[in-house]
Order: sequence, then C-alpha cells, then structure tokens
Amino acid sequence: MGDESYKGYKGKALDALKNFDALVWSDVVVDTGKAKYKGIILPRSETADQFHVVLKLRSGYNIGVLADSIKDIQINGRKEAHYKIPEKAFPYDPVKPNVKLLGTGGTIASRLDYRTGAVIPAFTPGELYGSVPELADICNLETEKLYGVFSENMAPEQWIGTAIAIGKEIEKGVQGIVVGHGTDTMHHTAAALSFMVQNSPVPIVMVGSQRSSDRPSSDAALNLMHSVKTAAESDIAEVLVCMFGPTSDEYGLLHRGTRVRKMHSSYRSTFRTIGEIPVAMVSRDKITPLRTDYKQRRSDKMVKINTAFEEKVSIVYYYPNMKPDIIDSLIDNGYKGIVIAGTGLGHVNKPLYPALKRAQEKNIAVYMTVQTLWGYVQMYVYDTGRDMMELGVIPTANMLPEVAYIKLGWALGQTNDLELVKKIMLTPINGEITEREPSNGYLIYQGGIPEVEEFISKHRK
Amino acid sequence: MTDEDYKTVGFKSGLEIHQQLLTEKKLFCRCPAGKYNHRFDAEILRHMRPTLSELGEYDGTALMEFKTKKDIIYHINRETVCTYEMDDTPPFEINDQALDIALEIGMLYRCSIIDEIHIARKQYLDGSIPTGFQRTSITSVDGIVPYKDREIEIIQLSIEEDSCREVSDYGHKRVYIADRLGMPLIETVTAPDMKNPNEVAEVGKILSNIVKSTGKVRTGAGAAREDVNVSVTGGTRIEIKGVPSLKRIPLLTYNEAMRQWNLLRLREELKKRNITSDTFESHTFDITRILRKTKYQPIANSLQEEKIINAVILRGFKGLLNWQTQTETYFSKEISDRVRVIACLSNLPNIIHSDSTSETISIAEWQKVKKAISAKDEDTVVIVWGSEMDVHTATKEIAIRAKEAAIGVPSETRQALKDGTTGFERILPGPDRMYPDTDLPPKRITTDRIERIKANLPEYYWEREKWYKELKVPADLIEPLAISKLAGLFKHAVTELGIDAKLAAKVLIQYPKRLRKMKVEFDSIDEEVMLALLRAYKQCLISKEGILYAMHDAIKYGVFDLDNLPPPIDEKDIPHVIQYTYAELNRKSLHKKENIGKVLCGMVMNKVRGRVDGTFVSKAVSKFIKELK
Ligand SMILES: [Zn+2]
Repeated sequence: MGDESYKGYKGKALDALKNFDALVWSDVVVDTGKAKYKGIILPRSETADQFHVVLKLRSGYNIGVLADSIKDIQINGRKEAHYKIPEKAFPYDPVKPNVKLLGTGGTIASRLDYRTGAVIPAFTPGELYGSVPELADICNLETEKLYGVFSENMAPEQWIGTAIAIGKEIEKGVQGIVVGHGTDTMHHTAAALSFMVQNSPVPIVMVGSQRSSDRPSSDAALNLMHSVKTAAESDIAEVLVCMFGPTSDEYGLLHRGTRVRKMHSSYRSTFRTIGEIPVAMVSRDKITPLRTDYKQRRSDKMVKINTAFEEKVSIVYYYPNMKPDIIDSLIDNGYKGIVIAGTGLGHVNKPLYPALKRAQEKNIAVYMTVQTLWGYVQMYVYDTGRDMMELGVIPTANMLPEVAYIKLGWALGQTNDLELVKKIMLTPINGEITEREPSNGYLIYQGGIPEVEEFISKHRK
Repeated sequence: MTDEDYKTVGFKSGLEIHQQLLTEKKLFCRCPAGKYNHRFDAEILRHMRPTLSELGEYDGTALMEFKTKKDIIYHINRETVCTYEMDDTPPFEINDQALDIALEIGMLYRCSIIDEIHIARKQYLDGSIPTGFQRTSITSVDGIVPYKDREIEIIQLSIEEDSCREVSDYGHKRVYIADRLGMPLIETVTAPDMKNPNEVAEVGKILSNIVKSTGKVRTGAGAAREDVNVSVTGGTRIEIKGVPSLKRIPLLTYNEAMRQWNLLRLREELKKRNITSDTFESHTFDITRILRKTKYQPIANSLQEEKIINAVILRGFKGLLNWQTQTETYFSKEISDRVRVIACLSNLPNIIHSDSTSETISIAEWQKVKKAISAKDEDTVVIVWGSEMDVHTATKEIAIRAKEAAIGVPSETRQALKDGTTGFERILPGPDRMYPDTDLPPKRITTDRIERIKANLPEYYWEREKWYKELKVPADLIEPLAISKLAGLFKHAVTELGIDAKLAAKVLIQYPKRLRKMKVEFDSIDEEVMLALLRAYKQCLISKEGILYAMHDAIKYGVFDLDNLPPPIDEKDIPHVIQYTYAELNRKSLHKKENIGKVLCGMVMNKVRGRVDGTFVSKAVSKFIKELK
C-alpha cells in the first residue's frame, strides 16, 4: 500500500480516519458520544486488528478507541515525529587503541521512538558516543554497518561477508574488532568466524544484548563497554563471545567462539561455555583470564581468511520413533552433509539404518553429536554405536551440534573428498574438540539443594 | 488557617491513590501476590542508566543521578519472585482477575471504559523496579465521585504493577526487597478539585471506601498509598509521594502549601536584594587545608578517611538559609536534602553554613575560611565535605538549589516525613517517561466482559449505609459493614435467611475482631462457611452464642461441621443446670462467700458456653442466688 498517511490502518479503523480526514500524527479530539479523548493519532501496528484507532493521550498513555464508536474527530494540527539519535563526534586520542565495530544487525545500542515504540538503532560512532560516552575512555572507535538483519536471518552469505570484513580490518591494522550481533544465533556466527578467520593477531569480540538499550536496566551499554575493552586491551587473539556472566551488572564472560551456546531464551546471563571454562572474565576495570591456553595477541597481520562454505548441510535432532524418511528426504534433496544430534552417547534407532546406509552409498558425510550438549560421543560402548560406524557415521567427540553443523559446511565447502573432510572435521582449530573435559567443565548447579542455595545466597546472581 | 486563608493562597490539591488489588497472583507473572517476607535467597545488582529523552539528550538531572550512581541491590525470595520480576523473562499476559477488578472500580467511578488497552512503560530510574520502568495501562477515564454538594473529577484510572519495598538507602547503595514487586494495583488520579487540607483527606476517604466496598482490594499496612499533589498560586504542582495513611494528609498538605508560600516570599526577598536567576552568583573553593585541624566532629571524622572539604559562597544570601519554609524547617534543609539525595552524602549533618547559630566549626575557623575565599558580610558560606566525586556533585547542587530560590518553587517529588513536613525526594521526571511496551499486544475490552462486570456491580457504600440505618444496625458498625467484603453476605443473611440485622452485623464485623484478639485469623474463613453457619443458626442448630465458637472451630479445623458442635440447650433447662452446678460448688470450699454468684456463673458457662445466650445465663444465676437468700 505504501500510504504513510494512515500508516498501519485497515478496515473499519481506516474508514473512520478517512471519514474525518484524520491522518496519523494529527492532534485531535475524538468524540465517541460517551467520552472525548484528546491526543495524537498514532500509526497502528500491522499485526493489530482493524477495529481500533490508537491515540497517545496527553498523559503519555496510549489507548485504542473503537472505530465504530467514533462520532467525530476534531483536528487541531499535526505533529509528525522524526527521530534521530544525536550525534556527537567520537573523540580521537592518539594514545588509545583503535577498535572497529562491525554491525550485522541486532540492537546492541538503540533508542526508542517514544511515540510509536519503534526501536531506532544507534550505530555511528557519534550515535554510540551519544548513548555510551564511556566508550571514549577506552579506545578510538570506528564503525561499519555490514548488515541489518535479525539474528535468525544470519546465513552463510553474512558469515562470509563478516569474515572478509574482519580480514580487511586486520590488514588495516586495527587493535581489536567488535562484532555487534543479535543473540539468538550468535554462537553459530561465532563458530563460523572461528573457522573462517584463523590466526588472527587481534581479539575478535562478538557482543549483543538481551535487553534493548532503550530500557534503563539494559545490559547493552555494559556489554558494549566490556567488549570494546576486550578488543582494545586484552591479549586474547581469538573469536570470543562477550556477554553477561551473572544477571547482575557486574562482569562479563569471554567465551571461546567454538564452545559457547545460548542457554536461556531471555536471561541476561544466557551464554555459557559448554564442556570447558570460559577464557576470561571482564569488568569495566579489568580483564581476568581464567585460562592460559589462549592465542596471544601479535603485532603482525598474518591472518588467514578461508570462507569456503557448502550450504547443503543439515542438523537432524533425533527423537524416539524417528522414521528413515527424514534422512531419505535429505538424501533425495541433494544434501552433502548431515549432522545428527543423537541421544545419550550418540544413538539413533535401528529403523534409520537403511537410510544411513543409503547416505553412505551416496557419499554423504554423516557426523554424530550429542543432544545432551555436555559430554562426548562414544559409539563403542553399545553395539548400536558400532553398527552405525559401520554405516559411515563419524563421531565428533565433544563438538557441539551447531558447531559441527557450521564446521561440516565449512569443510565440505573446501573439498568433496570425504577422507579430507573427516580430517578437517576431527582436527580441532580452536577448541571445538577437546581432549578432556575438566571436572568443572560441566557445572549445572541444581536449585533447592541446601549447599547450592547457600552458595547462591552468598554470591550475586 | 481558615477556608478563606486557603482561598487567599490559592490552595489546590489532587490525589493519586494507589490501591493494591486482592488477587491470588501478580499482574504480569504467576507469582503469588501479597506474600511478604524479609527473608531472601539471592541478591541481584543493577545500575539504572538514563535513556535518551524525546529531544535526544539526556535529562541533566538523570545524568547527574547516573554519574553519582547507586548500586541497586535487590533481595530475591524464590517463593515470591520469578525470573520475570528480575527482568530476565518477558511478561506473561495480563492477569484477567486484576483487570476485571480495575474495570469494576472504573465503573463505580462512572468512568468511560477504554475499548482497547495498551500497556505502557513508565520509566523509574530510582531502581524501585528492576526493569527501570513500570508496566501500566489506562483502563478508564473521565469519572466522578460525589462530594458534599459537588462532584470531584476522576481524570483516569490505570492498572499497574507495584514496585519493590525499599530496605535501605545510604550513600551509594540502595537496597530493595522484591516481594511486593509486580503485584497488581490501580492508580486513581483526581483533578485538583480539593480546596483545603481537610477536603483532601475526606475525598481520599470516599475513594478508599468505594474501592473497599467491592471486597476485591487489599487492606492493611501498605495496601493503599496516596500521592498528594499540592500547589498554591504562583507555586508549582508538587507531588508528595507515598503517604501511607489518609490521616496524615491534612498536616502534610498544610506544610507543603506553607513551604511553597514561604519559598515565594523568599523569592521576593531575593528580588529586594537584587538577586535574580540572571544576577545570582556563587563560587566554590577547596578549603580542605584550612579546616584540616578542625575539632568539629563531622568534618574531623571525615578527614580521617581522606575526604575533601569545599565551601560555596552564595553572594548576598546572608541569613536566608534560616528562612523558614515549613514548621521548624528552614531553607538550609532544602539544600541539605539535595546534597543527601543527589550527591549521596547521607551522613547528617552533611552541610554547615555561616547563617547557622548552632555550634559547628569555631568562630576563628569561620573567619579563616571567609577570609580565604573572600566572602563578604552580605554573603552566606556553605561548607560540604566527603569524597571528591560526591563533594563535586554537592557543590554544584548547592548552587543549583540556591539559584532556584530566585526562580520560585522547583518541580520535584517530595517524601512525606513523620513530623508532617515534606522532604526532597527527586527531581520531577520529564514528560517523556512514557513509552509503549513492545512486549505485549494491545488487549480489547469486549462488550461481554463489560456487561458481565456491570451485572455484578456492588451498590455504593452510602446506599448500603442508608439501608443499614433503616435496619437499625448499631451506629459504630454501619461504615465498617458498608465497606466490608462481607456486605453481600450481610444482605443475603438479612433478606434471604431472615436473620436479625443487628445480630448479622455483629457476627460479621465484631466477631472477626474478637477472633483476632483470640489470635485466630478470621480472613481464612470463606463466605460459604459463614453462610452455612448463619443458616445453622437460623435453623436453631446452634445458638446465638454458639456462632462465635463455631467460627472459631471452623477456622481452627478448616471445616464447619455441625456434628462437632454441642446442640443448643433450651433455656428452660438452664435452671436445672444451675441447680446441679450449685451442688458441685457446695462440695468445694469457697474463700470468699460474697463471690459465689460470679463463680457459679463461670462454672455454668463452662458447661453451656456456645449453646445458649450468655446474658440469659447470668440473669438466671442472679435470680437463683437471690432466691437462695
Ligand atoms: Zn514472578
């Protein structure tokens, strides 16, 4: 339709507005016979019904008035709102390190259009300085918007583009890179960048927010400060995910890009390192390494960018009574790689075997991971495991299912030789497979147990 | 002050009444409502960050509050708080039970009900809500309540979530307990139609009675809290926040009106001295070295912790810090309050000044300071001490507040203090603190819903009172009964069961009080049980006296079971009981013969308690004793 004058209105509500020539942003008195409402007509959300007209009252509250009940609309003017984030030049300090912020979407920094509720992202250095002035105490910041997509729409095209952009920045000699990203698939992108950008001399820090920055208690500003500090100052030259450690505004954790996963749909401290411990903690004052085996910052520019990717790869999440047609349909649709998230140590039921055999015959790479997330695939313990290996299913040790999916796409992008693919898959690049799981690599404390409760009572959540 | 006096100063006042609703669960999550407990299992730390305002700039005050920022600590009890209140889970759909109550009360105020409600976020940077905003929605507008010979306008009624309870606020740390957070409440806003302090309290009482008469709101400490807006001609609309009881309103509004009046007079005085917002002059100096060896304890103690001392000269202000603002309260308090709240210097006294007659630093030290900073005779010097960052904020704030005196009454929210005066709480939040909640869709209020609620609207409490008077219900029971949630039961008992109105009122209003004295919580009895009990009385299965005991047992054992109760005794049998009880008594030796009546009566009552009317027994015993002699 494209008619902004009655933005979002349809059906009866649109008729009512047209009847009185009341465009959105009109300052009006709406008379329903029973009541008179003074306010401004707001655009209507596309998903809302066709029966109500939205008014912003003088008190700041919004209400919906039933279109059918409107007897008269008196128009006293029009107050169209145009919002812009204030730009303030980001100060330059020759002594401070240069950091580049690459944006892929998501709203790490944003403000809200108070009238419509639409979120306007803050992104230029000037806008970011306007919203998080503390960043200027850490570094000189440059930004580049690569994409503007939601997390769930990130795909190989964006992973590749981001990896190439990172390579260019390293060539130019930045001291650190921050990648702003929606949180839902941040761990997929972190894995992709871990494989596509190797031997980086500087930190590559992915960051997002669980509460948008138009909220006073948002985690965005602190996450941004933590990530920029890590990029500017840390000596960890790896792909990292930087998000809240606890839900409190206290410190962030730096997770290795190949071992991290979003574990709660909405909590601030949703990202967790699985099967290992995080690389470091970061607060506004300091970075505290928790491990010593990370790749050190260097002063060269010897980064290797390898953006090969085969898109015909899938993850199959096994469930009891799964039928072979699931696997068959992947084969028939020309898939070249399948990652199975199996039960327990890495199992599927026997009826799938013929389909797996077909996959083997068709030269399709099939890899086994565990849907328990923690722990190793171990296919020798039971006969079923051994049978499956006969069928060409290759265990991936403790690689996370999403990481195996990304890595298989990356490996198949480089070669069709399944022996080579296997070599790439099983040779860890940066911790996606580890030789051992330390005893504190699996810690899910169970609430309710007295000693756990005692611990919780003594440390901020 | 007389009504005429209030007219002269142009006293105007409106109310914002916050009333918790009686629901089982909270408004936007399914945690239990109304369970209070200071015990907590976990702590969360948050900082509130100002977001950009409508004009795209941080509000100066908000930014200042952020710079001298507070660690906000939340105490979390797992029974009463889930991840929603912690702002780690998005809201669930609005509690329909709460929404129904809000709509019902809107109808009682004769408001127009909103067709489609939209949830808004109202920003609060004080930390009282972990999200930094309160979810709130207007449910009805434009109502009226009758008062004297006129009508008080109800501007709007909104449904919203309650905030945390503050545990402490000291220096840079504020602690809240989150149990109350998220409980449903309604906010009723009246127009500034009240013309003197008593009217404010009286209208508050009417509004309170109307909502209570639904039987669907919480009662008791903290269940209703009033914000009172006060202004005088030439003054500013000041909001006095969180007045816990209607009784305190008259004195508070009187003091606030007086404060505004006196601040306006102060502005006149400044004008006479040629001090306006343009000519206002102040200077700040570091005087740490000069007062390094002072014996004045508050400063001396602070210096041990490597703090600094600053002096602010307020040009031409001599004597004005002693300008009276409220009862036994002076302009210096306005400054001290700001320093305490905004600069987080909570240790009192946090300032001293040269207008003060009380003993602070020595006269010689004052002279030294004044000389060092070139203060003239007509100036006032304010001294403040603390950490460098806080003192820096404080000196700016001292100058800001002094300058505001030349402008008038600054916009702010004030807290209600115990002595009936008001104290600075916060700078009034900007007009752009409201924005739509993108987490929840709008909700249509259907005609069916409105009709269903309308069909069950309670009568107005004044109509009930009129009827009770006709029924000759004892005077002291009329109002409590009219606003009681048992008013419906009373009506049923009287009209359907034909129970005597006086008795029913007594049972429903007095007995619960007696039970509470016996440490039995009446609220745990449900209306069905009360109804069964009254019916049993009507069928003569229990006596009048027995009702209280039956209530007691019903609460204690959780059920009302007729079989557990002794059957009533016919009054004709009482002389017989007295007879054989007297025989028992004769077998014992009594110390004081003259007490025989009392003792006998007590023994008889022990046998027949709850089965026959007590007054009948005592009369029968008296008669028996008389006949003995
Ligand atoms: Zn909850």
